[in-house]
Amino acid sequence: MRLLPCVLIALLVGCAQQPPAPPRDDSLYDALGERKGINSIVEGMLLNIARDDRIVEHFKKIDIVRLRDKLVEQFCVEVGGPCVYTGDTMAESHKGQHLTPSDFNALVEDLIDSMDALKIPVPTQNRLIARLAPMRGDVIGK
Amino acid sequence: MPFRISLLLSCALGFFVQVADAAEGRLIATGGASSIEGSAGGGITPWAVLAGYGEKGEWGSSVFATHVDLPDYKLDVAGLAFAYDNRVEVSYAHQRFDLGTLVHKLSLPDDNLSQDIFGMKVRLFGDLIYDTLPQVSAGLEYKHQNDFLIPSLVGARRNADTEGYVTASRLFMGAAFGYNLLVNGGLRYSRANETGLLGFGGDLRDTRSVLKEGSVAVLFNPRWALGLEYREKPSNLSFSKESNWSDVFLGYFPNKHLSFVLAYARLGEIATLDNQNGTYLSIQGSF
Repeated sequence: MRLLPCVLIALLVGCAQQPPAPPRDDSLYDALGERKGINSIVEGMLLNIARDDRIVEHFKKIDIVRLRDKLVEQFCVEVGGPCVYTGDTMAESHKGQHLTPSDFNALVEDLIDSMDALKIPVPTQNRLIARLAPMRGDVIGK
Repeated sequence: MPFRISLLLSCALGFFVQVADAAEGRLIATGGASSIEGSAGGGITPWAVLAGYGEKGEWGSSVFATHVDLPDYKLDVAGLAFAYDNRVEVSYAHQRFDLGTLVHKLSLPDDNLSQDIFGMKVRLFGDLIYDTLPQVSAGLEYKHQNDFLIPSLVGARRNADTEGYVTASRLFMGAAFGYNLLVNGGLRYSRANETGLLGFGGDLRDTRSVLKEGSVAVLFNPRWALGLEYREKPSNLSFSKESNWSDVFLGYFPNKHLSFVLAYARLGEIATLDNQNGTYLSIQGSF
């Protein structure tokens, strides 16, 4: 029977076809320059933090390379990119740090400065900040 | 600027140098500019934000000078404000209104009108940017008109009064074609004639009115804002219609210590002279 393998292949191909997933909006991921662009933004932000007397103390005992990798993953997921976040939850990772609203805003300023330096258009910056802003409640006062 | 005000501002500046280490935990431009009544806001309306850049547990403060150049009049305002904990603001403003051509036209006894405004504003709840609720504040203003002769001659009933307002402010991220949109809306309960420069209450009406005011602004980036303002005003005096005010403004916040507002203000009819539309320039220092 020559037909059987053909039928089997057809069946296998048929089964492999997943039901259509809801289209992921990855336009912000593209606008930020995909994973490479996000990496530049995060590295710029961390360099700004290193010079920021207001909050640098909170980063003294942290493995910065790991932090960068986790932040890149997290930003990537938040903007609709094809990534998996493997870090702790926001609440866990900020536990015991007693961060203030001012600390949070200082970090936002360091992020904006990084994006300005990379010439990312303001509307794109606003979209990223709008995705990250809801995390504030899990970051401050923990 | 009267000597007394210059002295007051100098003292205030001296004090600000003392508290210059006051933190600046809030984001740039979120302290607004200084409204003509001294409270943090736009130009002609207060916003729900508090003066300066103090966050929780921090002080913020501002000093400002504003000049409005109208076809027949000039308005000069100077003042200051302090805020603590991003919760409470106290403010003071001195307004001097030069009567210009009207002095000769009506052979007036004074060539200017002035008033002092003491304000207090409390943030009730919410946040300009982050919370689920918009930032909502309530304020009281005690106003004292200093040259009551002219206001009394045109029918004003009292030379001092207290008025209240509630105002809500919210920054909608990316809402204006990707740019951030600031929206403010408020209600004022007042019987002030021309904000109080012509006294309070009048022959037509001596009770307070509920007056709407609001503004919208687009932030092209955290440092530049372009917006519109509107403020309803009562009409308590029969001698002249009082116009609602509006303006279009451009705000520039080069850093957290300095800001400029340039506006075109449409103040309409003031004390019988119509079409009082002109330029508004305000400079503010924040500490």
